[in-house]
Order: sequence, then structure tokens, then C-alpha cells
Amino acid sequence: MSAAKPHPDTPVVSVRDLRVYYGTPKGPARAVDRVSLDIRAGETLGVVGESGSGKSTLGRGILGLLPEGTGLAGEVLYKGRNLVTMTKEELRRMRGPELGLIFQEPMTRLNPLMRIQEHFEETLRQHHPKLSKDEIRQRSLQALGRTGIPPTRYKHYPHEFSGGMRQRIMIALALVLEPTLLIADEPTTALDVIVEAQIIRLLADLKRTSGTAVMLITHNLGIVAEACDRVAVMYGGKIVEEGNARQVFADPKHPYTRELLASTIALETRKLHTIPGAPPSLITPPPGCLFHPRCPDAMKICAAAAPPEEQLEGRRRVQCWRHSATGAIPAGQNAPLGREEISVAFEA
Amino acid sequence: MPSKPDAMTDTLDAPGGTPAPDATGARPFISVKNLKTYFEIRGSVFDRLMGRDAGTVKAVDDVSFDLAKGEVLGLVGESGSGKSTLGRSLLGLVRATGGSAVFEGQEIVGLDERSLRRLRSRMQMVFQDPHAALNPAMTIAQSVGHPLKIHKRAKGAEDQRRQVVAALERVGLSPAETYMDKYPGDLSGGQKQRAVIARAVVLDPVLLVADEPVSMLDMSVRSKILQLMIDLKQKLGLTYLYITHDMATAKFFCDRIAILYLGRIVEIGEASALYAAPKHPYTQALLEAIPDPDPNHTLPRNLPRGEIPDAAKPPHGCAFHPRCPRAFAPCGWEIRDLTGLLEARWAGMAEADHQAERALIGTPKIPDGPEAASRLPAASGDGAALLALLEKIRAEDPAEPFWTGVKAMHAEAGHVTIDWHTPVTPRLIAGKGTAAACHLHDPALAAHLPKAADGA
Repeated sequence: MSAAKPHPDTPVVSVRDLRVYYGTPKGPARAVDRVSLDIRAGETLGVVGESGSGKSTLGRGILGLLPEGTGLAGEVLYKGRNLVTMTKEELRRMRGPELGLIFQEPMTRLNPLMRIQEHFEETLRQHHPKLSKDEIRQRSLQALGRTGIPPTRYKHYPHEFSGGMRQRIMIALALVLEPTLLIADEPTTALDVIVEAQIIRLLADLKRTSGTAVMLITHNLGIVAEACDRVAVMYGGKIVEEGNARQVFADPKHPYTRELLASTIALETRKLHTIPGAPPSLITPPPGCLFHPRCPDAMKICAAAAPPEEQLEGRRRVQCWRHSATGAIPAGQNAPLGREEISVAFEA
Repeated sequence: MPSKPDAMTDTLDAPGGTPAPDATGARPFISVKNLKTYFEIRGSVFDRLMGRDAGTVKAVDDVSFDLAKGEVLGLVGESGSGKSTLGRSLLGLVRATGGSAVFEGQEIVGLDERSLRRLRSRMQMVFQDPHAALNPAMTIAQSVGHPLKIHKRAKGAEDQRRQVVAALERVGLSPAETYMDKYPGDLSGGQKQRAVIARAVVLDPVLLVADEPVSMLDMSVRSKILQLMIDLKQKLGLTYLYITHDMATAKFFCDRIAILYLGRIVEIGEASALYAAPKHPYTQALLEAIPDPDPNHTLPRNLPRGEIPDAAKPPHGCAFHPRCPRAFAPCGWEIRDLTGLLEARWAGMAEADHQAERALIGTPKIPDGPEAASRLPAASGDGAALLALLEKIRAEDPAEPFWTGVKAMHAEAGHVTIDWHTPVTPRLIAGKGTAAACHLHDPALAAHLPKAADGA
């Protein structure tokens, strides 16, 4: 389907300074604030953050699926073209064969009145009108087989499947068009833990065999660690840290990443750890670094100026004054930030 | 037919890790024995005219446990395991259809609604979705004060207000005045869940049934709400039934754990013992399937197959056997398992190969209960060819647990007869550590264990 294989280091998609604004009665909300990222072929980037961090908006922004009236600026470069400035019709034609997507709740995306077969026929006909009936069947069964759905279920209706099988069908529906970039938004959140693990395994296996670039949006750090090569941590609409997933989890540079990891309850948790306070308002964000009101490492400079992005070794970057170049912080500004106790109630 | 009578009562009276006697020393705070909550499935009008029974869903099936005062018992399982129905049955929100549940000396099963309502001021529920649990048209003060009104616990408006303020402060919504006149829509997820907990504790209950209280919350908020529940336990002397699918929070919060699968307890015991040495393969799978941020952790390859089955037609023998990587002869193998095996085999197989195999295999009749032998019709009419195919499938993956349940296969005219090992319904067997309902831990069935799995 896709053009000649690009150089492995060439990103499939490059996002540059992407901004997404929503209008609210209280003023514009900066849901995504100057986000830049690259995803290469065969690479899975996990985008992780809490509710309101802008991770879902980022995914929708890349695909051009934002509601009417949303402000969108910046660049999403895909095969030399900027998706942000494309017309709706151009984008619609790209979604599917170029840009695939998988959502959280598969039942809302499958038509209850259509057999699985009809879903595949409709999808394939729309993008490949010349395919014969037999070719459609072959391709569909192959895609379903890769996700573990037997051919005996081809003529069944969505309600005849369990939640996990529906999600497998959704993945097969996205894969049958062989997209170059696949965006999966919380694909396992509605599933039980064992089925979730099955789907994570499936996504990891598919990535290895297909060379598709994947952006996996999730709130679950564990899923990122299991399924992703790289991770971008979002906070208040910004990517505050990005790098190799193993390295970031083994040695987080941004205090938010570190605190988020520490507050995740795992089997090894012996003591509960909490981050005081709540995520920032997107309408009236705090000055300086967005995390400074909650940050245990905050310095005076953090409340005064937004930290510049620092490139660290090995495709790793962080937005934190603690990692800024020597001499970047004016004298005296590196003193700890004094502040009042954060009341437990002012929290998420 | 099962070779053993399903005599769960004998072994269930003292499930693993008998709780410490409460302060009075006399009787357990809550004692549940053989509790059953069955739902009749309503069939079509035609079915009812014909007097046909559409079936029964055994949402809670013969569950027994004791709970001591001040203890936290975790009910853990996937959706469809019956954990929520069990919690609701204890509060009388869903009527149990059999067995017994005694709360502070009072039998709950069969109790009339008036007495139940009186009891419910002593036992309260915290729901999963704080957004749905609060009426969006009521202020926080109205919502939290609502139980006081229903149970006529406030002496006038001033007293009501005083109690609401106390409840809000207790859950960390402080100063309470800031929140009283707000609507749920003005609060964050964590604040809403605090308000829900305030409403649950405003009547000074002794038991809280918390149904997935943190699973809808963000990671950094979860630990705050869990900490609050621990603080309240100490301050108010609460006893908890913590319903969850999350083994990690359960480990942190619970004294004892009961693992539920398709309405039955498959393993129960002290949390420390259960996590240190889980006995049931389902418990082991739940633990292994947790995605972990630790870079050195990876998900196992041999995850249980498929999903929790239809409770209206549960598998024979052990309900977990079709998914169990360690199932063996007595676990309850049946013709539906062969259908499942073939479907899994055909997924991803080349179309021509799949069609060729399918042309040989007819559709078997699914019996209502276990049968000693099943007939698999040969679609081509050639029983010998069908048997050859089955033997080929077996030879390709002889380690597949299904084949342990097949005693013999005979080709006959037009079909293959499959003789099954006699299914045995597992019962909870107390042992060192936890009690588990799994044949792997039943000395009486050790002779059937496949050699490779021996001693595991």
C-alpha cells in the first residue's frame, strides 16, 4: 500500500509546536501547548498523562478529529505534508489507509446492525474500490486471524462478541488497511486485567511484525512499560519529558514523572505516595513551570519563568529547570521555593 | 455425571485463614454461609407459553466466609465474577435467593424491606463512579445530608448542618463551608469520591462495602482516596468489604482476600499468604497480568485464553478450566472445549486449509449437563476421516490441556465418539496458607496429574 520504505530513522510523523485551544465560557483552554514529537516506523510511542493532561486531544489533533470551533495551530508533518492545513475531505481520505485509529470503547464504533463481514466490506470498499469480493474476504480473514478472531465468527454481529473480542475486531479493522501510523487511545481501559494483558501482548506482537508506527495513549504507566519503546509524559498540555521508556522509568528526570511513578500503586508498593495539589487549570495556568506549585524540588526560578527544553543524551529531553544548562539560572534564583502547605482538598 | 457429590458445605465452614475473633469473642461480625443469588433469565414469550425454562444465572453460587470487626476483606475478580452482586446481596440491595448472611446476629437473607432499611444505616456502600453516584441537581450538603433525612437522624436543620460539616471535614473536604453549596459538577473526580465517602460515613456505619472506589480515578488520586479509607478505618473503627479487580490496591488495603470466578470463591485466605504463594491458576494469572512500570517486568506469554464465560451456561467441572493453562483430566472437559480449540486453531490459518478441515467437522449437539461421551458428527459422513483429523490436531500440539480430558476417541459411522474423563467440581480445600478450589491441590486427584506438571 504505502510508498517505498523510508529510512528507518526518518520519522513517519513529525509534530511541531502543535497547539490546540478550546473555547470555554471562562476563556480559552490550552489543551495542547506547543507539543513537538517524532514517531519512526515500527516504533511505539506511549503518551502518558492524567485526565486533563491533553493526551487524547493531542491524538485527535494529529488525526484532525477535533470538534468544530477548536483552535489548531502548528504542524503535523506526514509524508512531507502538513495535516493541520489539509481540507476535511483530504484528511478523511487519509484516515484508514494512512492513519489508523483505535478507541477505548469498541462497541460505540461498531454498528450493532452490521455483521463483522459488512464492517470489513464497507471499510475496504471505501478505500480500495477495485478489490474483488474474494480479495476482500481473504484480506479480512487474514487481519482477523492476526488478532485471534476465528473465521467461523465472520458473519456474526458485534453483540455476539465479548468486550475483548470486539477490541480485537477494532484492531483488525484498523490493520486491514495497513496504515502507516496507528493511534490507539486507551485501547484497553474498558477491559478486564487478563484481557487487557492479552491485548497489550497482541499490540506488541503486531508492531514487531508490521512496521507500523504506533502512538499509544494511556493513563497507565504499566502499559507503557510493557508495550512501548518510547514514552512522552504530558502535564498541563505539554510534554514535560520524553525518551526511551526503559530509561525514563528507570531514571526519571522530571520531578512529575518521578512523583507519578512513585504514586502508582503496584504489587511492590509498601507505602502510599501522593502528589499534593491538583493538575493546573488550562484556562488560568500558573506562571513559570506548570508543575511548580506541586513540585517538591521547586526553586525560585520555577515560579517565575517556564523552563526551556533541554536535550539530554540519547533522544531524551526534559522541561525542567533542574536540568537546564549551567549558568541559565540567574544568581539566587536556584534557592528552594518557599510556599504554604497545599490543603488536601485542593486536589484532583 | 460428577463422581463426587458437590458437598461444599463440609469444607466451606472454615475457609482458609479463619479470621481472628472480634472484641466480644463470641461470634463473627459477619458470617456468610452458602449464599446464593440466582437470576432467572426471562426467555421469549414463546418459551414461557411452552413452559420452557430460559435458564438461571448463578451470579453468587454457594459462597461462604466470615468477617471480623475491623477487618478488610477484598473480593477480587473480573467483571462477571459476581463480586458486585455479592456485595449488594449483603446489603440487601439485591435479594439473595438462598443461604445465609448474618450481620451482627441478624439474618439478612429473607429480611423484610423495613428491617433492612434500619440495618442499612449500619452498613453503607461506596460506588465506583463518583460522578454517577451523586445527584447533579443536589448540592454537596444536600447529598451528604440525605441519609440523615431518610433515617431521621437530624434534630432540626442546625443539627443536620453540624453533622454534614463533621462528615465533610472527616473526609478531608475542609473547610466544609467551601464545598457545602457546590454542585458535583464543580468538583474534581477525587473531591467527588470524597463527598461520596462522606455520605457513606455520615450515619456512623460499622461496615462499608466499597465497590471499585478508586478504579475510575487517576493514578495520583487513587493513593489519596485509599489513604483516606485507611484513615477512616482507624478513626471510625470501620470494617470493609473492598470489591475490586485490581490485585495491587487489594494487596495494599486488605487483610484477607477472596478470589471470585463465575460466582464462586476459588481461593481465600490471608492476603500475605495469598500474594506470597497463590495456589489457584486464576489467582496466579490475575497477579501476572498486572502491567507494571518496572522495566524489568514483562507480561507472561501463557496468559489464560479467552474471557470469562457466559454465566448462564457455565463450563462443567471447574469453571476456569477452558482458560486454565494447567487444567488436566478431571477439570471438566466437554464438547464445547473442542469447539473452542478448533476456533482458536482456525484463527489465522490459511483459508483453504481451514475450509478443508471444516468440511470434515459437523456441528455437535451441546448437552445441558456433563455427559460421559459426546458425538462429533462428520460433515462428510466419514467418521474415520474425522478421527484422523482429530488425531492429527492432537499430534501437532500434544501438550494442549484439552487432550488430558479425552479418554478415547472412536470412529463410527457418520461420527466420532469422544469419551471424557469424569468431571469433578472443585471444592475449597484448606491447606497451608490459603484455601483453594483447584484439583491441582487435591491429593485425591494427584494420580491424574500430567507428569510434566507434577510437583508444581
